[in-house]
Amino acid sequence: MSLRGKVAVVGVAESELGEVGTGFTPLDLIGQATHRALEDAGLGKSDVDGLFSASAYYHMPTLSVGEYLGIRPRYSDATSMGGSSFVSHLFHAAAAIDAGLCEVALITYGSTQLSGGGRLVTGSEADPYEAPYNPRYPVSMYALAASRHMHEYGTTREQLAEVAVAARGWAKLNPKAFMREDLTVEEVLSSRMVSSPLSVRDCCLVTDGGGAAIVTSAERARDLEVTPVYLLGAGEAHWHRNISQMPDLTVSAAAESGPRAYEMAGVGPEDVDAAMLYDAFTINTVLFLEDLGFCEKGEGGVFVSGGRISPGGELAVNTSGGGLSYNHPGMYGLLLIVEAVRQLRGECGDRQVPYANIALVHGNGGVLSSQVTAILGSESTL
Amino acid sequence: MHQEAGEPPAGVYRRHLESGRLGFQRCAGCGAAVFYPRVVCPVCGSADLTWETSSGRGIVYATTAVYRREGDPYSVVLVDLEEGFRMMSRVESAPAEEVEIGARVTLRVDHEGDEPIPVFVLRDEER
Repeated sequence: MSLRGKVAVVGVAESELGEVGTGFTPLDLIGQATHRALEDAGLGKSDVDGLFSASAYYHMPTLSVGEYLGIRPRYSDATSMGGSSFVSHLFHAAAAIDAGLCEVALITYGSTQLSGGGRLVTGSEADPYEAPYNPRYPVSMYALAASRHMHEYGTTREQLAEVAVAARGWAKLNPKAFMREDLTVEEVLSSRMVSSPLSVRDCCLVTDGGGAAIVTSAERARDLEVTPVYLLGAGEAHWHRNISQMPDLTVSAAAESGPRAYEMAGVGPEDVDAAMLYDAFTINTVLFLEDLGFCEKGEGGVFVSGGRISPGGELAVNTSGGGLSYNHPGMYGLLLIVEAVRQLRGECGDRQVPYANIALVHGNGGVLSSQVTAILGSESTL
Repeated sequence: MHQEAGEPPAGVYRRHLESGRLGFQRCAGCGAAVFYPRVVCPVCGSADLTWETSSGRGIVYATTAVYRREGDPYSVVLVDLEEGFRMMSRVESAPAEEVEIGARVTLRVDHEGDEPIPVFVLRDEER
């Protein structure tokens, strides 16, 4: 059964971003984002009958969110796969709406990790077979993957730095981005090392932030004022939880989730106008470009070099500035959807990708563990 | 305790370490080397796992040096053991930044308090 074109995203919003100040709770940010997303869609909270959330703060997130917002859903899904959860929620919401189990789904997330102390808030338990060695979670796990990619394919720290520089180039065009100063490859290379080969500028931001997306049936979407953005395809895959159990550190399960999404959508990487790839670390972008078929395995380092994923380059990647320069509130997946929808609606101002009709959203969760791909399209792609 | 369930896998593993050995499981169903210890084979699903002792010889598969505010960076590696399983550990006998992928390493069981910790040293420094 295909979900192609069955549902549309009809409302997206961010909460306040960056550093919101002490005293605000993650639920406050969820409230801000949801209020704005419903306004964007031209819907009210009483229209919402499906609720999707994940959280490092709330053990039963949809219960907490439902209570705070006064939403009583008939369908509730708190799938928890790290930062990819929200792309998964989009996929699951489509299935639930198509099955008639709900009609208007709210997907939402919020974190106050910067105002709350400036460290990643995580519910991740330590693996007893890894804990004795004190890897710094999660950066050391991604560093191990980077070390292997460099060993097997000759990928360089300079190439990884190009990813951070490209993200900063996009962030400079986004007034909401957290870091907008100039950044050079040399500055990335000479920044403080965290877990080699990854320096602090190879790592995502630690910020406050939240978001919300409203999803409904294509039929109901057409009755709304807003320009619908359709889900064309989606796919999930996960092969491990802990990095020591990842079969090959140079190949993520995006190599399965991507083809599943492409098949449902009836498109390939060559059709994608903008790619939002979960860039928690610079190595992520390289791995996902390869695993999602934008280049051959091992060629990601070359692919990102020479400004090819920067504004004006060959492929528009992470046009918000990404987790590296725009915002990374612990789990970032929802903000990938927000940016993709805005690109397809043509609302991105200075960073707008011309004639954007197909956007790929790729969520990553855990330590390269969970991979979820969704492909979104404008009306013309149906 | 349920008699048929026998000793928990984590307990058998620890007993091996306390006697200076690195235990792992071999699946009688498909022959796969299984690590970390569990009650079913993640390859074929068989519950027939038997314990073996690793030679302790392996190759560094991936490496990172973890930096801290004070002191030298420390090593975190993934090691491929010659029996066909992989584990996280650290290399003790070289500065963390100098540990290379492909380096031949061998097991040493260190102790942190009461905890036996499997670590590795470069093989040419084996005693």
